Amino acid sequence: MRGMIWRQFRRHRMALVGLLVLAGLVLGSVSVSVVSPYDPEKSSMRERREPPSLTHPMGTDTLGRDMMTRLFYGGRISLTIGLLATLLGVTIGTVIGALAGYYGGTTDNLLMRLTDLFISLPRIFMLIIMSLLLRSVEVPILQAYGGVGGIVLILGLLSWTGVARLVRGQFLSLKEKEFVEAAQTLGIRNMRIVFRHVLPNTATPIIVAATLLVAGSIISESGLSFLGFGVQPPTPTWGNMLNAAQDEMRKGNWWMAFFPGLMIFLTVISINYIGDGLRDALDPRKMR
Amino acid sequence: MTGYIVRRLLQAIPLLIVISIIVFGMISLAPGGPMSAFEENPNLSPEDLARLEEQLGLDQPVHERYLRWAGRIVVGDWGYSNASRRPVLTEIGERLPNTLQLMATAFVVTLLIAIPIGILSALRQYSIFDHVATFLAFVGQAIPIFWFGLILIIVFNVWLNNPVSPSTGFAFSNFTNCADCAPLLPGGGMAPFGVDNPTFWQRLQHMILPVTMLALFGAGTYTRYMRGQMLEVIHLDYMRTARAKGLSEGRVVTRHALKNAMTPIITIIALELPGLFGGALFTETIFSWPGMGRLFYRSAQRVDYPLLMGIVMINAVLIILFNLLADVAYAYMDPRVRFDRR
Repeated sequence: MRGMIWRQFRRHRMALVGLLVLAGLVLGSVSVSVVSPYDPEKSSMRERREPPSLTHPMGTDTLGRDMMTRLFYGGRISLTIGLLATLLGVTIGTVIGALAGYYGGTTDNLLMRLTDLFISLPRIFMLIIMSLLLRSVEVPILQAYGGVGGIVLILGLLSWTGVARLVRGQFLSLKEKEFVEAAQTLGIRNMRIVFRHVLPNTATPIIVAATLLVAGSIISESGLSFLGFGVQPPTPTWGNMLNAAQDEMRKGNWWMAFFPGLMIFLTVISINYIGDGLRDALDPRKMR
Repeated sequence: MTGYIVRRLLQAIPLLIVISIIVFGMISLAPGGPMSAFEENPNLSPEDLARLEEQLGLDQPVHERYLRWAGRIVVGDWGYSNASRRPVLTEIGERLPNTLQLMATAFVVTLLIAIPIGILSALRQYSIFDHVATFLAFVGQAIPIFWFGLILIIVFNVWLNNPVSPSTGFAFSNFTNCADCAPLLPGGGMAPFGVDNPTFWQRLQHMILPVTMLALFGAGTYTRYMRGQMLEVIHLDYMRTARAKGLSEGRVVTRHALKNAMTPIITIIALELPGLFGGALFTETIFSWPGMGRLFYRSAQRVDYPLLMGIVMINAVLIILFNLLADVAYAYMDPRVRFDRR
C-alpha cells in the first residue's frame, strides 16, 4: 500500500520537486545554527545594508545582520507555526466534523451553526483583532519567542471550518455502511466507533486538506507578521523581516524585501504541489 | 424561493449578534484602548482621566458597554472614532468608495485574465499553453500578495524610470536612481502629492500597481476553477449532441459548455468576493490607498474599537449576504436545485 502511494506520488514530477525544495528549506532551517558562521541577532555596524555578495549571499539588513542566516532561523519559526497551527486546526475540525456527522440531529445542527459562525468571520480582520487581544494574555507559552504560541492558537482557531465540513460529509456517508452497523451491534461505545472505526476511513481527504492548510497557515502568519501584528522582532520570521524591509526597499535595498518573500513563495508552492501529488497518489480510483 | 431567502435572512440576525458579541468582547479586553493615549499625557491628572473614562463610557462593565453600542447600532448610530472624534459612519463612508473602486477594477481584471485562460487551457488540455497556464496559476496562488506588492514597487517605482520624464526628457536611466528621474509608476497614494483634483490620467496611473497586486489575489485560483469546470462539462454527452447537430465549434463552446461551466464559477465568485476586502487590506496598507482596509489597519494600531467594530460588522454582513447570494444564484441557474420543498 505504502509502496503504491509512493510510486504514484513519484509520477507527479512537480510534487517531487516540491518535496526536494521543502526538504532543503527544512534542512537549512534545522542546521543553520551549526552551518552558518553568523549570529542571527548580533548586529555589525560595518556591514550594514550590504547587497548580496559571496560573504553574504542574500545581503545584510539595516543592522548588518546576515539575511540568509536570519531567513533560515525565520524558517524554523514560520515552518513550526505552519505545522502546529495546522495540527490544531485539523484536530478541532476533525472532532467537530466527526461528532456532527456521526450523531446528526441536534448535535449536528448546533455544531454546524458554530461552523457557520466561524465561516462568517472575516479572516484577516479577525486575526488582527485576536492578535490585539493576545497582547494582554499573560500566559508564558503563548508569549515565548515573540508570541509564536499565540499566533498558532489564533491561526488554528480560525482554520478548522473546512476540515470540519469535509469530515462531516465523509461521516454522513460512512455511518450508513455495514461495518458501522456491525460495530454498533457488537455494543462498541460510540466514541470508539467514531475514532477507531470510521475516522481512519476519512484519512485521505484530511491528509490532503491538512497539507494545503500548512501552506495557508504560513501565508497567514507571514501576512500578519508583515502587518506588525504577528510574531514580534527580534525573533525573525519571514513576515516580520518583510515588514522591516518596507522602507528600505523604497531606497533601493531590494534584497531585504526580495529574499524573505521568496522563502514564503518557495515554501508555499512546494507544499501546494506536494498536496496536489498526494491527492493524485491517494486517489483510490488511480490505484492499479 | 422568497420564503427561503426570508428564512435565511432571519437566521443571519442571531449569527450577526453572536459575532458582534465575540468581537466586541475581544476588542474590549485588548490593551492599548482609547485611554492609553490619555494616560501618557502628563497634563492630565488622575481626576481628569477618571472623568474622561466616564465620558467615553469606559468605566462601565463590558456587557453594559456592548448593550449600549448595540442599542445605538440598531438605530443607525455607529458611534465616534476614538482617534478622530468623527462619526464612524462618516469615516467609513469617506473611504468605502476608494476601496470599492480598487476592488471592482481588480476584480474585473482578474476575471478578464482568468476566464479566457481557463477556457483555453481546458479546450487545449495537455498542450504547451495548458501546461504554462496551469503552472502560472499555481505560481499566482502561491505568491504572497503583500510580497508581490513590494516587488511591483521595487520594479516599477524604484528601478524603472519614466522614459519621458518631465525633467529629463526622453532617457532611460538603467536601474540607477538619478535625482531628476521620475519613477515609471507611482508607488503609493491615489494622486500626486499635494494634488487635490487629479486628472483621470493621474488617477489611472496611481491605480495600476495596486490593481495589479490585488488582481493576482484571485487570478490563479479562478483560472484553475474555470479550467476544472470546463473540463467537467466538455466530455459530457450533450456536447457530442450539440456537435452532432452540426453546430459550429464556437457555438458549442460558448452556448453549451461555457453556460454550464459558469454556474459553479458564479457561486464560487459570490463566496470569495468578500475575501477581496482582506486582500485590499494589504494592498491599501502597502500603497497608502485611503480605503477601508487601511482605516482598519490604523484603527487596529490604536485599538479604536468603534471603528474596528464597524468595519468587522460590515464585512461579516457582506460574507453572510454573499453566501446567501451564492445559494440563490445556484438555484436560479440550476433548475435541479429547489429549496421550497425542503
